[in-house]
Amino acid sequence: MSQEKVFAIPNITTPNTPVIFNPEICTGCNICVETCQIDVYIPHPQERKPPIILHPEECWYCGCCANDCPCPGAIQFNWPLELRGYWKNKETGEIHQL
Amino acid sequence: MTTWHEYLKEEGQPPIWPYPVRFGQEQEIEADVLVIGGGIAGCWAAISAARQGLNVVLVEKGDTVRSGAGGPGCDHWCDAPANPLSRVSPDDWAHHMAGRPYSNGIGIQIQCREDYDTLLEMEQMGGKIRDISDEYAGAEGRDDKTKFMISPRYGTIHSYLPDPRMGEPNFNPPEKRNNVVIRVWGSTFKPALKKECKRLGVKIFDRVMGTSLLTEGGIQGARVVGATGLNSRTGEFLIFKSKSTILSTAGGGSLWLMSMELGGYSSMHSRTMSGDGTIMAWKAGAELTKMEGTGMVMIATGLKHKWYSGAGDASYENVPLVDAKGTRLPYPIQGWVDAGAMVPAPGVEAKIREGIMHGKYELPFYGDFPSMPEVERRATWKLMLGEESTTRIIIDTLEKGGFDINRDQLQSYKFIEGQSLPQWRDVGYGGGLLVDWNLKTSLDGLYAAGTQMFAPEDHSHAAATGRYAGRKAAAYARETGHARLSRDQIEAEKTRVYAPVKRSSGIEWKELHAGIARAMQYYVSEYKTESLLNIGLNALKKIEMESVPRLFALDPHKLMRSLEDLSMLEYAKIIIQASMTRKASSIPLNFQRIDFPVVDPPEWNKFLTIKLENNQVKTGDRPQNFWGDMKKQYEAHNKDYTGVYKGK
Repeated sequence: MSQEKVFAIPNITTPNTPVIFNPEICTGCNICVETCQIDVYIPHPQERKPPIILHPEECWYCGCCANDCPCPGAIQFNWPLELRGYWKNKETGEIHQL
Repeated sequence: MTTWHEYLKEEGQPPIWPYPVRFGQEQEIEADVLVIGGGIAGCWAAISAARQGLNVVLVEKGDTVRSGAGGPGCDHWCDAPANPLSRVSPDDWAHHMAGRPYSNGIGIQIQCREDYDTLLEMEQMGGKIRDISDEYAGAEGRDDKTKFMISPRYGTIHSYLPDPRMGEPNFNPPEKRNNVVIRVWGSTFKPALKKECKRLGVKIFDRVMGTSLLTEGGIQGARVVGATGLNSRTGEFLIFKSKSTILSTAGGGSLWLMSMELGGYSSMHSRTMSGDGTIMAWKAGAELTKMEGTGMVMIATGLKHKWYSGAGDASYENVPLVDAKGTRLPYPIQGWVDAGAMVPAPGVEAKIREGIMHGKYELPFYGDFPSMPEVERRATWKLMLGEESTTRIIIDTLEKGGFDINRDQLQSYKFIEGQSLPQWRDVGYGGGLLVDWNLKTSLDGLYAAGTQMFAPEDHSHAAATGRYAGRKAAAYARETGHARLSRDQIEAEKTRVYAPVKRSSGIEWKELHAGIARAMQYYVSEYKTESLLNIGLNALKKIEMESVPRLFALDPHKLMRSLEDLSMLEYAKIIIQASMTRKASSIPLNFQRIDFPVVDPPEWNKFLTIKLENNQVKTGDRPQNFWGDMKKQYEAHNKDYTGVYKGK
């Protein structure tokens, strides 16, 4: 086991990751920071890095950040477990969940 | 590294607040017309006033590009009877729609007369309103000449109310449809509106929350001459001086419910909906009405794997609902066949339940996309759900997850998710500012549009009333000058606004919100009596006296949320005071009093009004239909208006 530094921090909020950024694709343009209706994000202190998700539990999943993102694949929506819908293949009857 | 804790781990310290912090610093801005709230109504108000050549300032809590209920999109332009394919006259349709008890006949008349003109202007600005690329050629309701896509909504009757005829097949044959609702590509609207605001020179202040209205001499009930605002990123204090002011902010939010950590057990609305505008107007002395009416929060409303509430999910508009074995359920759809029902006729739901219990229907139910004609399926998925507000991200995520409308049935949560609790209420589309035929409130210099008015409606209603209020507020601004602002009033507001940042412990905004919501659940719910309401009012006053002085905020964002709580607390008190005034029960107001059980007695079929006068609550009333003859009044107040509609 590595001797990682462990911080004493309060419980993190739930849900805490409404979206997952792909740092390979995200250019850090911060358009999502502006389109977000409620300021879930703040810009990263370093340029060209994905924003920091500061207020994840305030997200109401309007989707504006992902819809307006100019770099397809940079923002992946990450629905909390309890918000993941189900569907059924009509022919086979197989049931799927997001 | 995207979450806060990952950042902490990698950097060894939390991120520094990324914006300059300017608590208490002032900026003064002068406007002919000040618009507070940059959603659909606010943008239209600003554009309409700026087109009169005036200096317009627009203040928005989010970023105007996508803020507000209509920010992400909109799929239906409702109540557009002036469109060329309509089979009803705007005045007749307005009269019909205003026939619902406690609706707003003024707003509806404006919507029915002017929202088609508004839609055409939307197109000029770059909004997409027609199927120009023939993507949906052959779809029912599509007009090949205009390329408009008429929606099945309100096909024969308007919906929202149960109709005994629902569920009968072929209820609305094509030749009898009203054709009053147009499908639109609303995701194109908001960016186009912001662009037009900028083109017209509207000065936009994004991320600024309105906190108070300023009145002449600082006197409650006097003319509104400006407003104050807080920048939610920097904490800067903004002072706006205006000749006329339009309130177009959102209505009250989740007053009965607070649970962010169990996603979905919240209202359908975003947390930014906190009734700030209503409270600003209330404190300034404006008259409100219908504040005692409430809606119900459907259980799991806002669960985003389905759209809207538990009422219809996948079947909401056009998708037939089947059981687990594929048997079609008698639950009506709002599609072409069933005439536009959003809720089943009384008895239908009970029959389905009985069928479930006796093995006739098997749970869960599904939205049977594959059974629909190809073009209808595509239009429902991509146009209706793809363009409607927050549902675009749902369909995108489902598609990426492997869902295929041509192959798969989407699960419905009807019956398996249980019933909503009666304590989970919502201010709904109910109370708001009393307005006249100029959309002027009871205060000089103050106008209202969209959800700020009592009994507001939908997107096109917000657009049309915003556009109208902009016109009227501009006319007033032309005839009047600026008034001096009261420094005392500004100082008192600054003290109120910044109190939470002077503390670093006590109660934070989430706990306060939850406390208010719990008091509302206990005392302002299904069971109302004079004494329960009194206990509730005292509970809120106790919160005000003991908890508010302990409210703390660590940064400008949390300060904004804290101030929203204070709006909600005041909003909650008004609801109780209005509820005490109505000494009768009412079905359309969803208002049950144990001590006055008689439902909608004729003597109580009236709007109750409430306002502050010398900081004392004053109540009054207005008759239903106090707006008079809608057609005549509209025409008398709009002699110079030239629109597309020339009479039918």
